[in-house]
Amino acid sequence: MRPLDPRLVRTTRAVRVHLAVTVTCGAAATGLILLQAWLVAHAVAGAGAGIGAQALAGTVGAVALVALVRAALSAGAETMALRSAAVVKSDLRRRLVRHVAGGDPATADGGELVTLATRGLDALDDYVARYLPQLVLAVLVPAAVLVVVVRADWLSALVIALTLPLIPLFMALVGWHTQARTRRQWRLLERLGGHFLDVVEGLPTLALFRRAKSEAALIRRVTEEHRTATMGTLRVAFLSAFVLELLATLAVALVAVEVGLRLLYGHLDLETALLVLILAPEAYLPLREVGARFHASTEGLAAAEQVFAALERPRTGATHTPEPGDSRVLPASRPVPARESPGTAARPGPAPEIRFHDVGFVHPGRSEPALAGVDLTLRPGATVLVTGRSGAGKTSLLSLLLRFTEPSAGRITVGAPGEEPVDLRDVPAQEWRRRIAWVPQRPYLFDASVADNIRLGAPEASDAAVRRAARLAEAEELIAALPDGYATRLGERGSRLSAGQGQRIALARAFLRQETAQEGDAAVAPIVLLDEPTAHLDPENAAAVRAGVARLLSGHTGVIVAHDAGWADLADEVVHLDAGRIAAPVGTALPAGAAR
Amino acid sequence: MTRTRGPLTRMIALARPRGSRFALGVLAGATATAAGVGLLVVAAWLIATAATHPPITALSVAVVATRALGVTRGLARYLERLVTHDAALRTLADVRVRVYARLARTEPIHRFRTGDLVTRLVSDTDATQDLLVRGLTPPLAALVTGAGVVTVATALLVPGGVLLAAGLVLAGLAVPLVAAAAGREPGRRRAAARAALSTAVVDVVHGAPDLVVYGAMPAALARVEEAGAELTRVERRDAGLLGLGAGASALIAGLTLWGTLLLGVGAVGSGTLGAVPLAVLVLTALAAFEIVAPLPGAAARLGAVRAAGVRLFDVLDTPPAVEVRPARPVLPERGLRISGLRVRYGPAEPWALDGVDLDVPPGRRIAVLGPSGAGKSTLADVLFRFRDPDEGTVLLDGVDITTQEPDTVRARVSGVPQDPHVFASTVRENLRLARPDASDPELWDVLERVRLASDVHAAGGLDTEVGTHGTRLSGGMRQRLALARALLVEPDLLVLDEPTAHLDPETRDAVLDDLLAATTGHTMILITHDLSRLDRFDQIVVMVGGRVVRRGAPEQLSALPGGYHAGLPSQSGHSGGPALCSR
Repeated sequence: MRPLDPRLVRTTRAVRVHLAVTVTCGAAATGLILLQAWLVAHAVAGAGAGIGAQALAGTVGAVALVALVRAALSAGAETMALRSAAVVKSDLRRRLVRHVAGGDPATADGGELVTLATRGLDALDDYVARYLPQLVLAVLVPAAVLVVVVRADWLSALVIALTLPLIPLFMALVGWHTQARTRRQWRLLERLGGHFLDVVEGLPTLALFRRAKSEAALIRRVTEEHRTATMGTLRVAFLSAFVLELLATLAVALVAVEVGLRLLYGHLDLETALLVLILAPEAYLPLREVGARFHASTEGLAAAEQVFAALERPRTGATHTPEPGDSRVLPASRPVPARESPGTAARPGPAPEIRFHDVGFVHPGRSEPALAGVDLTLRPGATVLVTGRSGAGKTSLLSLLLRFTEPSAGRITVGAPGEEPVDLRDVPAQEWRRRIAWVPQRPYLFDASVADNIRLGAPEASDAAVRRAARLAEAEELIAALPDGYATRLGERGSRLSAGQGQRIALARAFLRQETAQEGDAAVAPIVLLDEPTAHLDPENAAAVRAGVARLLSGHTGVIVAHDAGWADLADEVVHLDAGRIAAPVGTALPAGAAR
Repeated sequence: MTRTRGPLTRMIALARPRGSRFALGVLAGATATAAGVGLLVVAAWLIATAATHPPITALSVAVVATRALGVTRGLARYLERLVTHDAALRTLADVRVRVYARLARTEPIHRFRTGDLVTRLVSDTDATQDLLVRGLTPPLAALVTGAGVVTVATALLVPGGVLLAAGLVLAGLAVPLVAAAAGREPGRRRAAARAALSTAVVDVVHGAPDLVVYGAMPAALARVEEAGAELTRVERRDAGLLGLGAGASALIAGLTLWGTLLLGVGAVGSGTLGAVPLAVLVLTALAAFEIVAPLPGAAARLGAVRAAGVRLFDVLDTPPAVEVRPARPVLPERGLRISGLRVRYGPAEPWALDGVDLDVPPGRRIAVLGPSGAGKSTLADVLFRFRDPDEGTVLLDGVDITTQEPDTVRARVSGVPQDPHVFASTVRENLRLARPDASDPELWDVLERVRLASDVHAAGGLDTEVGTHGTRLSGGMRQRLALARALLVEPDLLVLDEPTAHLDPETRDAVLDDLLAATTGHTMILITHDLSRLDRFDQIVVMVGGRVVRRGAPEQLSALPGGYHAGLPSQSGHSGGPALCSR
């Protein structure tokens, strides 16, 4: 196992600085260890030989000085190491989040990355601040001790020199022998550990089926199995620590006896013998510390590994165009699609017609197309209802209109009936999205005030505009019922609101976007995109959302995506998608009852 | 009475049945540390004595002792680790069973709504192990060894022993405790900063589509940067504090060595200490601080362990949610009769059910309809005997269900609870939960009835692993599996709480059709907020705010103005089912 990820050193300046500081501190610490050992040996031997306390006062005083300097060095080194760790984590976190934010927003795979960016990176604390410094000491101290001891007593040096390399060797042997076995057992452990969680989560179900009591016996049995398996793993895992401790102490014992006997026969003086005795354990101490922090190293390296794996994964989407001024936020190395350069930017007129010409779309890594040969015209001011089963391509169609993805075949053009249509790809995505009012199936609400949630797409909007939008979205009453009205914080992911209430806040968002788009410098008629706006809602909320949606759509170009034709009365056209193709002929709206 | 004791004491008390194992662990740990210190002490004696050139026989015991101690340390340490881990894991098994048994009686459904809380409870249980292995054994072993070492030093030179004792107490007790106390506030600051960062990252990752479409991504990224910078600032500021702890330990060890040397050299000069005892004393002081080395780590952990203990005992101290009331005369009637049922979640809470009356004759199927928060699921909880009614009675075939053991009632009332759990096991095990003695043909039969047989067959039969939370099954398959489980019980009353939640409309209608076909002739209560297939029920009950606002046959209700949902907005907009109310 590598002690240090080269990518960490290569890409993170803080790591390089940290390594330099650590080596310097390590060298100083090594010098102090040697100095203290010599001072102690000198004082003890001197006092034994009858040199008076007065004559040894300088030596004894120097021990106090060494203690002060060692303490200061230890405090300083720990402080600096933890600070470096904070900087390294911050650096990796920033790169990770930027990378993720640059991908296709609809496919970003979430939970794992959130954990990695917050708790996961904390594993680097112990690695950077505790393991790396010990690793440096584990190289410097034994070498320095050997140099000193070889000059004092070559035989002791030989014992140390022979046993020291045995420690990493034996540890590697034990590790190598047990790796496969422990890996297999860890997997078993994970499964057994998961059982308790599964059972507690399923308690209501177990209780209902009168299994709660018998399950207690099962928990005991499984936990017993868990113990047996864990102990099997630990018996082996502790072996490497055993070898380490045994070799280190046995070597010290050998050195002590050898030095004692040589002293007996007059081949050595007491001071040298004491020096060797004090230094011998010091040679092994950093190695033991490194062994004890082995877990910290594997966890830290695993976290770094995960970050680099995420950073090296190619981004799926290529349409998240940076704002002209946001180079501060997005790294310059980010690939920017060539066609998005501002020079060639096309600006369609305020109320364009959107045409799909034989559009196909294939998800990266899949062979079945999500959309194939789609011809569709969205006329200005008209609403199209797109129906179809799950997986029929409805979401892909919306993704194309939202510019989360680009067509793999065919093209989408925009242009008012009278003017030359332009390829949607030539319109900067950011600019295009500014004219979209979108209500997703599960809108995302932020842990901010209601007003700020509504202002998402129009941060400058006045309070009056926010209230107007809430009223149009039928959200006014529900907001008034909240403890602080528009200032109420919604909690993480809007946990304060039910799904239906959240949907109405999202509608208000869309109304505000619509209003600001119409009033902006280049006033445009916004396009309304709706994804199953009332799926999973209770009837009361569904009715409110539906009333709001009808208002949002009136007079605007709109697309509603839904499972069935329940929305047909709001649509001018109904299109049925089946396996990525338009199945039913494009026609005028059917009455709600007849659609089924 | 146990409440007056601290959570740490109570957690340690949980380990009492394993007391002798822990004692052995402490002994082995003390032996290991003592062997390490003893090795240097004996070696110092050996060398200092050798310097006086005695006959070699005078050293032979020390030579053997040195080598023996060299071997002892590794062996004792290995033994300590094995014994304490084994004892801690055995204790963990006890604690898990106790927590589970208590949860089974307190009905966790209302306390542990989110998976996050359950996860935390499980890791709180595991904290017991952490406390026993890292928080209990090392301090006790250090106490034993420390006392031994101080005794040796005192025997050699009384002031030296006192100094060493003071040094060990400072480094082993004062510094760790002060550092842990001083670290509490920074720890809170870090937790707050980390929570803010986590929220910001969650927003960027999970809210990406909304942020990108509404052009708010740059602002959200700026918030992440800001939160990250704040966390880094806090961490950098607190690094100094942690560094001070490390420095203080080193300082105490170094100054104790210096003091011992000063006292020892002085004592030799005044003739009260010999050359050999001086060497032994000084090397004792040098080696002794190894004893207290693991203690700062243990102290730093105690805060988190204590917090886990508080939450753990919060669960263990919760009284059971249902009690068995004294028997009452059985009325000669059949079916379910609920009268004047009132339930609330606490004395200050509003009524979740506020005077509900409901009659379900045998063989009838009724649908309970209403918006979220209407009290529908509370009704199911009472019927499943998950919670006691505060007022009113529930009679099943004339017997008040609150006078019976929960499991007695659940043999007759069963069904699908809200969010039925699918266990990470096989299809067979998930089904046999409901009837452990069911044969394979019986299982296939019930799968056939809920129209899951062909899917299970295609997936690989009854031994198909369904994955954690049944993630390897589709949403529709999971609901059908839960339904099959309920049917296996063959209860007198089938209660289905939102069995089609989280399904898309087509799947929902298909599951409902199969459900209705499979339950023909059963007494059934279906709780729902959907309007699909309501015409096939015998009676519809509409609940709002814990009361029944409307009831009647489907044709009766749909003919009334306002349809099923009296006082609620029109349903014509619901994208799901057909607009029944307009028929």
